[in-house]
Amino acid sequence: MPTEYGPAAVWGVAVALGVATFGLRASFVYLFGRIEEVPDRATNALRFVPPAVFAALAAPAIVAPGGTVAVVGNERLLAGIVAAGVAWYVDDILATIVAGMAALWLLRFGL
Amino acid sequence: MSRSFLHPEARRGLRDVAPILLGIVPFGLVAGAAAINAGLTPLQAAGLSVVVFAGASQLAAIELLGTNAELLVIFVTGAVINLRLLMYSASIAPHFRPFRDRWKAVCSYVLTDQAYALSVARYTADADLDPAARRQYYLAVGGSLWVVWQLCSLVGIVVGARVPASWGLEFAVPLVFLSLLVPAISSWPKLVAAAVGGGVAVAGAALAVPLNLGLIGGGLAGVAAGVLADARLPTDATGSEGAH
Repeated sequence: MPTEYGPAAVWGVAVALGVATFGLRASFVYLFGRIEEVPDRATNALRFVPPAVFAALAAPAIVAPGGTVAVVGNERLLAGIVAAGVAWYVDDILATIVAGMAALWLLRFGL
Repeated sequence: MSRSFLHPEARRGLRDVAPILLGIVPFGLVAGAAAINAGLTPLQAAGLSVVVFAGASQLAAIELLGTNAELLVIFVTGAVINLRLLMYSASIAPHFRPFRDRWKAVCSYVLTDQAYALSVARYTADADLDPAARRQYYLAVGGSLWVVWQLCSLVGIVVGARVPASWGLEFAVPLVFLSLLVPAISSWPKLVAAAVGGGVAVAGAALAVPLNLGLIGGGLAGVAAGVLADARLPTDATGSEGAH
């Protein structure tokens, strides 16, 4: 099902989306550069962005890889638990990935 | 003439980002191959990747172009998927304040899930980094993600996606976020933020909420829950954050 849009439409959408995306990325980077001091309440709330967002990025791909929450027979959940344990003890990204992928492949190909 | 020696923070960034680069390879290949399948020319496909540089929204735009959706729908869908970048922009902006405007523009352009996640984790782990060191670390991470993404898109455009799906290489990406999540949970309120953020995102995935809104909703709900928990449980497990 190839697109019926011509070059102008395709480039138009690409550029519009690119400009909007850059605007989202640059928004607060420039805004916080203009104001004197980032408000305390904002600073306080922003502390919780990393744990909330990291969990929101990681959890669905581990807990519900096929779009439904799966516990039994979910090799990614088991591999994720192994990786979380490694992350807890060694706090190293490469070691965590190696452990998680090794666990996944062992479950998938080795058992 | 000592330019051959990378700044130590740049080297550190390259080391930290290396495993993530492997994880984005299949994603980049798919994005490139999908654009060709949807009828874009190789130049349009490469242009989309360079101009937008945000994988999930690129894939959505490609799919909608392929089905001849309204142009406005394509644009709005892609932009809504990228709304999460607002959260990252706000979260990382205080670290970018000392940068000159042109560096802010470059840093903004390469702001992605992965570049945000690694850099904020690094800045939190070592609060004494000077602005130049922060920029070096960030650009090493964001720049190499950009280069690898563009190369993989090009390979996908030219040869199609050929990595066997059974390898599950894309699983490396959530593993990265998991390895950053664990040290980020340094207090009870942060654990609440993570539990709510992850729970809402999983619910969004299970309910097939469109446009990546589960991720945005999870992020916002997690932050709100963390703030509320912090107001009720004022003690911090590490005690490292109250100082300012």
